[in-house]
Amino acid sequence: MTTHSAPAPVGGPLLNKVTFIAGVLVALMAAILLYRFIFGLGAVTDLNDGYPWGIWIVVDVMIGSALACGGFSVAMLVYIFNRGEYHPLVRPALLASLLGYTLAGAGVIFDLGRWWNVWNMYWPGSVNLNSVMFEVAICITAYIVVMWIEFSPVVLEKFGLKDLKRKLNKYLFFLVALGTLLPMMHQSSLGTLWVVLGQQVHPLWQTPVVPLLFLLTAIIMGYAVVLFESCLASAAYRRGIEMKLLTPLAKVMLGVVAAYVAVRLGDVIVRGVIGRSFQLSLEGLMFWIEMACFVAPFLIIGTENQRRNPARLFVAGILLILGGSFLRLNGFLIGYDTGAGFRYFPALPELLVTLGMFATEVLIYILVTRRFPVLPREGAAH
Amino acid sequence: MSSRRDFLKGALAATGAIVGAGATPVQARDTYHRPPEAMGLLYDATLCIGCKACMAACKEANNNPAEFSTVDKLWDTPLDTSGHTYNIIKMYRNGTMDTKDAEINGYAFMKTSCMHCADPSCVSACPVSAMTKDPVNGIVAYDPDKCIGCRYCVVACPFGIPKYQYDDPLGRIGKCELCRHRHKDGRYSACAEVCPTGATLFGRTEDLLAEAKRRLALKPGSVTKFPRGRLRHATEKMLQGKEDGKGRKNRQGWRDEPDQIYEGTIGKYVQHVYGEKEYGGTQVLKLSGVSFEKVGMPNLPPYSSAATSETIQHTLYGGLLMPIAVLGALSWVARRNVKPDDGEEG
Repeated sequence: MTTHSAPAPVGGPLLNKVTFIAGVLVALMAAILLYRFIFGLGAVTDLNDGYPWGIWIVVDVMIGSALACGGFSVAMLVYIFNRGEYHPLVRPALLASLLGYTLAGAGVIFDLGRWWNVWNMYWPGSVNLNSVMFEVAICITAYIVVMWIEFSPVVLEKFGLKDLKRKLNKYLFFLVALGTLLPMMHQSSLGTLWVVLGQQVHPLWQTPVVPLLFLLTAIIMGYAVVLFESCLASAAYRRGIEMKLLTPLAKVMLGVVAAYVAVRLGDVIVRGVIGRSFQLSLEGLMFWIEMACFVAPFLIIGTENQRRNPARLFVAGILLILGGSFLRLNGFLIGYDTGAGFRYFPALPELLVTLGMFATEVLIYILVTRRFPVLPREGAAH
Repeated sequence: MSSRRDFLKGALAATGAIVGAGATPVQARDTYHRPPEAMGLLYDATLCIGCKACMAACKEANNNPAEFSTVDKLWDTPLDTSGHTYNIIKMYRNGTMDTKDAEINGYAFMKTSCMHCADPSCVSACPVSAMTKDPVNGIVAYDPDKCIGCRYCVVACPFGIPKYQYDDPLGRIGKCELCRHRHKDGRYSACAEVCPTGATLFGRTEDLLAEAKRRLALKPGSVTKFPRGRLRHATEKMLQGKEDGKGRKNRQGWRDEPDQIYEGTIGKYVQHVYGEKEYGGTQVLKLSGVSFEKVGMPNLPPYSSAATSETIQHTLYGGLLMPIAVLGALSWVARRNVKPDDGEEG
């Protein structure tokens, strides 16, 4: 099972309807960001002191980076659990992760109120080893660098730098190990971020096991995104869907989902707060919507037969992406309460920047896959 | 199938490393206590007359602009603390508002400003040490030259105190620092300095706590002496100043002031010193006639969230033991599984 088709550029025109629309959204985002840097955060966002973190942090960074865990999830499966048959999925997933994380990193800068001081994050005289955010920042920075090196063979291949590529390959195993460890560290810590918020976070989400919840859902979202993207890329590029890979991958994913549901329900029961979910409140409702997103996939792709249906995989993938996103939204925004009648709903420019971030990713993904050897060579895969 | 065997090996190695490293004993971090020389404020709501002199003095001492909530914008009328308002007196109203400090048909005041926690969430949260707690006087201070504006302190604080200046492209975090910039001139917190009734009193938190408990122990309606401005320790002596006696300071460097103790009547207190135990204790303490939750002070446990957060962090990452162990296991497994021909053709 270790022989597989080499990746190749998809080819085709770079300018089409999708890239044009994405380009317009990116330009709009750039204009809004220019305005933000000149006039301050208040000029373009609805942020306030009751909700100092809005969608740029919770969606672009927290959810965005979890969606970018495809590379980590698939690489772990292939290299750590030695499932070489999934190898063709590694490069496309790695590219999406690379873009997702690089943009999440950029998104942090847009949100920083005093961004010119950001070097303090890496300055030994300033760092605070007790801070969860320090750990998150260091790990994400390191992971972005590791992913660029992991992905560099694609570029070296394109430009025929064989020697350098061969040297790099010798140490690839260490990069893979680092590329597995770092996301485990910061994805779990993204959840630990809300522990210090104490009672301000609703008890259905405020738990000391939150690092484990975030780690498991990041892995799940990684696989879910691979399912989602594979289906989408196949449809968009009119390529065959790699069902031979996706069907067993979905089974692996469901295993992680089962573990997550057990930990999540076990935790709220053991801490004695499950009753809070039955109270008539937005938080109670959101808890069960979040839970349903993780349970419904068992009904949709629970059997081997169902997992052979790409439409079902696609829907299950979307539900799990939503579930993981709700966990993050619920803890940081919906179940977060500072007490004093503050309200937050993202302003239009804020939404447009988030949309622009996703458009940037789609745009670069299309440009790169059309010109660089990332996706499996069509025909050889079937 | 060999791939299945390797799969299991990989799984075992990875979990083994995690469990092995996790089993090493890690000390849970306890909630920190106030340092012995901690400085703070005592706010006694029953003495407050709602004149807001403390708000004006705070604005002046910290060079903050006025904020408006009325149409005609005549004077400073903030509705809450903000990046430009570090101190505010809020009002509780109920029914006919006949009686001061009564919960029903009454009204009351409450001061909102930084509590200077013994174990502050903002200090634990700040990634770049822009929020620090002085090891001697315990003041929670802010350094804008380090601050990256991430606003994790704003999110973390259980009292909602650090606030960001969203209206400014170079915005800072704003919060009370007990006027630490005035201490070198022998001057203490401006709010306490100007308070006409001594409702806001500056001093060592230990002394303030003793004073608060003294008041709680007295019968409501009985007459007692109330200090004003800075609470002096019973044994405090002034050092000799210049010839004319001006510029006299005490051993801690506070300027000499005329004794302003006055006689007044003890109010009807809720028998609780807010801040003595909350969140592991705070350096700003409060007394009130109306229950603290009604006047906007959150009901907090006697331990800090910083302790929980740092225990989790240091259990997982203390000395980087666990990450290094896991990295070792992952490298070992990956070395066997990354095929040398992987990059050659794919």
